[in-house]
Amino acid sequence: MSTVWVYAEIGPEGPEGSSLELLTKARELGDTVAAVALGPGATAAAQLLGEHGAATVFASDDPIFADAVAQPAAHALAELAGRHAPNMILFASSHESRDVAGRIQARIGASLMANATDVPSLDRAITRIFGDSSIVEVELGGPDPRLVLVRPKSFAVEPSGGTAEVVPVDVQIPDDLRVARRVERHAEAATGPKLEDAKVVVSGGRGLQDPTNFALLDRLAAEIGGAAVGATRAVVDAGWVPYSQQIGQTGKTVKPEVYVAVGISGATQHVVGMRGSKRIVAVNKDPQAPIFGLADLGVVADALSFVPKLIAELERRRGAP
Amino acid sequence: MNVVVLVKYVPDPQGTPRLGEDHLVVREGTDGTLDPGDEHAVEAALQVAEAHGGEVTLVSMGPDVAMSAVRKGLSMGADRGVLVTDPALRGADTLATAKVLAAAVARQRFDLVLSGVESTDGYTGTLPMAVAELLGLPSLTFARTLEVDESSVRIERQTDLGFDVLESPMPVLVSVTGAANEPRYATLKGIMSAKTKPVEQLGLADLGLAEDDVRPGQRVVAVTAAPVKGPGEIVEGDEAVARIADLLTGTTVT
Repeated sequence: MSTVWVYAEIGPEGPEGSSLELLTKARELGDTVAAVALGPGATAAAQLLGEHGAATVFASDDPIFADAVAQPAAHALAELAGRHAPNMILFASSHESRDVAGRIQARIGASLMANATDVPSLDRAITRIFGDSSIVEVELGGPDPRLVLVRPKSFAVEPSGGTAEVVPVDVQIPDDLRVARRVERHAEAATGPKLEDAKVVVSGGRGLQDPTNFALLDRLAAEIGGAAVGATRAVVDAGWVPYSQQIGQTGKTVKPEVYVAVGISGATQHVVGMRGSKRIVAVNKDPQAPIFGLADLGVVADALSFVPKLIAELERRRGAP
Repeated sequence: MNVVVLVKYVPDPQGTPRLGEDHLVVREGTDGTLDPGDEHAVEAALQVAEAHGGEVTLVSMGPDVAMSAVRKGLSMGADRGVLVTDPALRGADTLATAKVLAAAVARQRFDLVLSGVESTDGYTGTLPMAVAELLGLPSLTFARTLEVDESSVRIERQTDLGFDVLESPMPVLVSVTGAANEPRYATLKGIMSAKTKPVEQLGLADLGLAEDDVRPGQRVVAVTAAPVKGPGEIVEGDEAVARIADLLTGTTVT
C-alpha cells in the first residue's frame, strides 16, 4: 500500500490551484492520498481537497501556521509524517513550500527533488535543465518520505468527486519554533487581467532599458484588449514592476494563446514560466538571443522603435476594420 | 555583529554548462565564478558589518577551483573564508551539502547567516532552509529588503498578492534575492588584499563527518535531449508589424 501526501497551501480563497494539481497527480502515484493543510481556512479547504483526491485531510486552523515562519509548519508536517509514514510528499514551488520542504529534508534525511516537471513513480522524478534543453531523470533514494517540489502547471487539475475525512492535527508547537514572525501583510493592487488566465501575454525584459519604456507594454496590452503584462525577474528585481507580474521559475507560469516577449533574452529562469505558450513572438535586437530558439515568429529589432509601430498598426486596424 | 555567508562556485553563467558522462555538472577545466546570486548575500553581509561592526566569513563547499569564488568574495571586502573540499563530496546532493555547510558554519561565531536564494546552476532553492534546520535556527528566506538592528532582523518577502514583512530575533538565517541590493565591484586594493586574507581549508573529517554521512540519496539516472522545436520564422520591418498584428487580432476575443 503506497501513500502519497500533498502539502496543501491555503490562500484567502481556499486551496491554491497548485495543491489541486498535485492531488490530481498523487492519485496516479499512491493507493492512498492525503493532504496536509495548516493555518486559517484549512478545515474549510478540506471539501475541495477531497473532491480532488484527498481521502484524508490533516487540518489545523491554528493561526500560528500563518503568523510564524516556516518552523511550525515544518515541525507539524514532520511529526505527522513520522506517525503515518507516507512514501512521498508533493509540494508546490512557492516560497512557503520551499521553506517547509527544505527543513523536512534536513530533519529526516530524505531525498528532495525541486523543479520537477513529472513524477513517474514513487522513486523517480523528472526535471528539465539548461534552459529546458535537457530532460533529467533522477532516482530518489534515502528514507521515506521522498520529497518532490513540482513546477506550477505541470499537471492539469481533474476532480475525483471524492470526499475527505478531516483529521485534526494535534501536534504541539514548541515555543522556540515560534520566534520568526510574519508581522505585516501587504496587498499590491493588481491591474488588468490575471496573467494566468489571459489569452495574450505581453512580457518585457531588460531590453526595454527603463521603467518609462516598460509602460509601452501596458499601452500595447490595452490596444490588444484583454492582454496581461508580464516581466522577467531582472525587471522585477530592478523594481520596475511588482513581483505579481514576474514570469519564470521564481514567478508565475503562463500558457497563453500568444506570448509576446519584448527585449527578453530567454534565460532559463524566464523560459520555464512561458515555454508552454501556444505561440511565441519574440522581439529582440540581438539575433543571437536564445529566445529566438523558442519563438514561432521572431523580429530582430529594437523594442523601443518596434513596439510603437505595432501599437500604431493595431490602432489603425481598430479604426478601419 | 559577525556574519557568515554561504557562497558557491558555479560554472560561468554566461557560458554553456554541460554534464559529464557521470551526469554531474563539469566544474573542472571550465571557467567558473562566485554565483552571481551569492554576490547579493556578500553585499548584504558587508553592509551589516559596516553598520554594526564585526567580521564577515565566507563558507563554501566545492573542489579546489572553488577557491576562486571565495577569493572573489574576499576581494569585495569579506574578512575570511572557509572552504570545504573532499573527494567524497563529488556529486553531493542537497542534503549532503547542507550537512557540510551547517557543520562548517557551526564552527564559526555568528549572529547572522546569509545566503542567496538559489544557485545559478542548480536552482533547487531549498538549501538555506535545510542548513537553518540543521543549525536549529529560524529562517527568513527570499528577502527583497533586509534591515538589521542590534538584536533582530526584518525583511520584506514577495507574495503572490504583494509582500509580507517578516521578523526574527538573531541568530537567524536570511536568504536574499537580487532585489536586495546592488553588489559592489571589487576594487584593485580589494583584489590585492584578498590574496593574503585567511582561508581555512577543511576536509570532511575536520567537520566530524564521515563518507556515509554525505553519500548521495539521489542520483541522475538518465539525461536526454528535449525534443527541439523547429526554428521559428524571422520576419523584418513592416512585414513583421503586419504579421504580429494579424496574430494578435486573430487571437483576441473582444
